Amino acid sequence: MEIFSIKNAKKSFENNLDVLQDISISVAKGEVAAIIGPSGSGKSTLLRCATLLEKMDSGELYYSGEKAAWNNEAGKTVYASPEKLRQIKSKFGLVFQNFNLFPHYSVLKNITDAPISIQKRKKDEVIQEGLVLLEKMGLSDKADAYPFQLSGGQQQRVSIARALAMKPDILFFDEPTSALDPELTGEILRVIRSLAAEHMTMVIVTHEIEFARNVADRIIFIAGGVIVEEGNAESLISDPQNDRTKAFLNRLQR
Amino acid sequence: MSISVMLSKLGEGMITSVLIFTLTLLFSLPLGLIVALARMSKNIILKNFTRIYISIMRGTPLMLQLLVVYFGPYYLFGISISSGYRFWAVILAFSINYAAYFAEIYRGGIESMPLGQYEAARVLGYSESQTFMKIILPQVIKRIIPAITNEVITLIKDTSLAFSIAVTEMFTVAKAIASSEKTMVSYVAAGIFYYVFNFVVAVVMESIEKKLDYYR
Repeated sequence: MEIFSIKNAKKSFENNLDVLQDISISVAKGEVAAIIGPSGSGKSTLLRCATLLEKMDSGELYYSGEKAAWNNEAGKTVYASPEKLRQIKSKFGLVFQNFNLFPHYSVLKNITDAPISIQKRKKDEVIQEGLVLLEKMGLSDKADAYPFQLSGGQQQRVSIARALAMKPDILFFDEPTSALDPELTGEILRVIRSLAAEHMTMVIVTHEIEFARNVADRIIFIAGGVIVEEGNAESLISDPQNDRTKAFLNRLQR
Repeated sequence: MSISVMLSKLGEGMITSVLIFTLTLLFSLPLGLIVALARMSKNIILKNFTRIYISIMRGTPLMLQLLVVYFGPYYLFGISISSGYRFWAVILAFSINYAAYFAEIYRGGIESMPLGQYEAARVLGYSESQTFMKIILPQVIKRIIPAITNEVITLIKDTSLAFSIAVTEMFTVAKAIASSEKTMVSYVAAGIFYYVFNFVVAVVMESIEKKLDYYR
């Protein structure tokens, strides 16, 4: 079953830079897709369009078959009603590069506030689930701590728990380890790997090629706003077909 | 005049001063937030109107504004001024003046918030108003407390400007006593009062700041 798909996404910014030029991706249930590419290739913009933080100029967006955006007759993107979008927003989660935790909320409240006050789920239940999530993240003792008291890696784990608490069908990661010290990236990669083992559907924008190769089913290489090459993770890394993919991977390995 | 009579008269003036202070804050703090939001609005008319309003409020003396608010209804519209209006003219003039200063402080605080906070809230499904009330405003308040404290302390001293339209606050009483009794004592007493008042306010604001220190 298709959990997420974006079709013919185009986006340009005021400086006339075509950041996305006709990109289509769909992700099946339980699949892990990694998006790699040089900086400025449009991979972050793609993720921001997928998570409704940025509006496409044209293109379609679906979550579990539900229409979030489609093209009108003039070929411009039309978005669903705010109410519908709010409903669709509970189908996906996004983990930011810079965590973006709420500093004035305790760790547990960061995780439980949206399920309680936005999704209107039962408070006791949500708190119970929140504690389970923290335990899974190895942060049981941090429920009452505040974000500033945590290391970057711990903060990122909280933000993953915050996204999971919404019970999304799919989780997006925007370079989840880029803001971390190298010795802290391992703990985040471990968490993502364990989510993959549980068949969580994920789309991960990353610079960690080895990690992408290990954890992802499929790798999508984006450059200059287009998909240059995509395919099975292992074969794309070990045997890239396109010259630009080869050049990119070569540069990383040096 | 005995010291005790003098102090009781000053005490009455003091109550008026405290009342001006309290009511002004009560009105100007929320009003300032509304002005700040209007100032940042996408509506060009609203934005420019508040911009001009803030510019006038900050660009002319509070005493002048007070006189305009008090005498304006009579000179501009021929409305006779009732004696009860005197006190409320002070509250009105002070509130709209301080709201302008607070508005700029709020605006600075709101604009200093990282975009990521809005985006995180948006992805989690918070509406715009929920994002503002639950995520943004509490953090803004923490950031602006020191600047607010500055204004609040200035307000205490500004209450003495009510003197210019003969509202019998502390300073008016002190001056009357000084000239009728030919003594400096009332000024000294008034000075002590203002100092103590400021001191108390500073302590209160500091404790609020400390209370918000649980996060960074």
